[in-house]
Amino acid sequence: MNTSNDAAIVFDRVSLAYGGRPIISDLSLDVGRGEIVCIIGPSGCGKTTALRMAGGLVRPLDGTVRVLGEPLTEPRRDVAIVFQDYGKALLPWRTAAANVSLALEAAGTPRSERPERIRTLLAKVGLASHEDKYPTEMSGGMQQRIQIARCLAQDPAVLLMDEPFGALDAMTRQGLQDEMLSIVAETGATVFFVTHDLEEAVYLGDRVIGLLPNPGRIGIDLKVDLPRPRDQLETREMPEFLRLRRTLFDFIEKAEA
Amino acid sequence: MKRSWWKGLVVPAALIVAAEIAMRLSNTTSMSLAAPSDILAALLRALFDGSMLVATRDTLASAGAGLLLGGLLGLLLGMIFGLIPIVNRLMEVTVEAIRPIPSVAVLPIAMLVFGFGYSMEIAIVAFSCLWPVMILTRAAMAGIEPRLIEVARALRLSTTQRIAKIVLPAALPRIMVAVRLAAAIALVVAVTVEIAANPLGLGYGILVAQQGLQPDLMLAYLVWIGVVGWSLNATLAFAEKRLFGRAAQVEAAGA
Repeated sequence: MNTSNDAAIVFDRVSLAYGGRPIISDLSLDVGRGEIVCIIGPSGCGKTTALRMAGGLVRPLDGTVRVLGEPLTEPRRDVAIVFQDYGKALLPWRTAAANVSLALEAAGTPRSERPERIRTLLAKVGLASHEDKYPTEMSGGMQQRIQIARCLAQDPAVLLMDEPFGALDAMTRQGLQDEMLSIVAETGATVFFVTHDLEEAVYLGDRVIGLLPNPGRIGIDLKVDLPRPRDQLETREMPEFLRLRRTLFDFIEKAEA
Repeated sequence: MKRSWWKGLVVPAALIVAAEIAMRLSNTTSMSLAAPSDILAALLRALFDGSMLVATRDTLASAGAGLLLGGLLGLLLGMIFGLIPIVNRLMEVTVEAIRPIPSVAVLPIAMLVFGFGYSMEIAIVAFSCLWPVMILTRAAMAGIEPRLIEVARALRLSTTQRIAKIVLPAALPRIMVAVRLAAAIALVVAVTVEIAANPLGLGYGILVAQQGLQPDLMLAYLVWIGVVGWSLNATLAFAEKRLFGRAAQVEAAGA
């Protein structure tokens, strides 16, 4: 694949191994600016590792990862990571508002500007009246909303999401999917979305990339030509949606065999 | 619970009454025993003439200063050892060689260096408080949720921000346990040093009463040291609950 300069995330022949065991081998992948790319694949295919490399938490053994044109050597503030385990990623001794504040404190936002920003961000994720609650007093969906608000406080150009809705119940998940899509449409952020839910991948993505395991490499790269804004009922009933779902399902079945 | 709070007091009360009766009936003049009523009288006398309060102040000041010094040093070292594995491995043998030395064994050296008085006692108390705080802090560092460290990295928090906003609050409940433990040790060591060598405080008071053949005063000091120790622990427990109620609660829920 060609590595163009206007891509948001570029994996350029990236390899990684832990203790001699290859995790990712010769991965090349471009994610365009403003694109929503969903990554699927059986466990052990390195999808979370790829995300962590794009976040600068892990450095590749070989090859380079470039974000917004610059080689990545450490995490950047304009690249926000939404972890799956929201319960562990939030500070339990801080309220919802104070958790969001952490990102502003890190960025050096003046103290006087923080309350207003925090209010706006929490309202954006639907937590307007829950500012003073502690994470442990909130449901899983609400906790994940806090984490998303904290990531949005970073003003991210790139959002890396690691199975963010995987632990939530179906109704909450669908609600958050739509909220995420509308927030991303508003900010124009690039999204790198790891999931094990094939329907979620098709529903959210502009592209779905399937990885093969042992070692991780690209097995399938599907363009998703479904109209936006997407609709939980209509989109999921479209023949194209069903066709893509089928293709991915077959891919996973073969990949796991 | 509320209905039977007094049940625990039945046995001590009975023992005190029995001791009183036994002492009165046998009518002995002992050099090591005294009737509870005499002990209480001696305690009140010593409290009202101020001697016991001065002794209490001296002991608590030394124990407190030692605890502060040793605790802060232990906190600092525990954080360094806990957060930088290479330093921990480098220092492991050194720490394990120095740590088991009984604190009272450094008394002769401390006496040579500091002479008699507060600084010698403070140094020994600090030496004994350093280790438990250091070891528990080091363990608390290892117990911090790794995801939070990743969040700190992703947000690019500076080292000071990382310690102030993530590491210390996350480790606080365990550090508080270390402080309570060290506070108990501080009192024990302070009194021991006073009995063994240092002419001040409650330990010296108990020694003087013993050598002056005043068993009632000696035992009054003993009772008073118990009261002081109990109050110290109760105060710390209360402070912990008030100051870190949220963090402690979280710790309990997460455990």
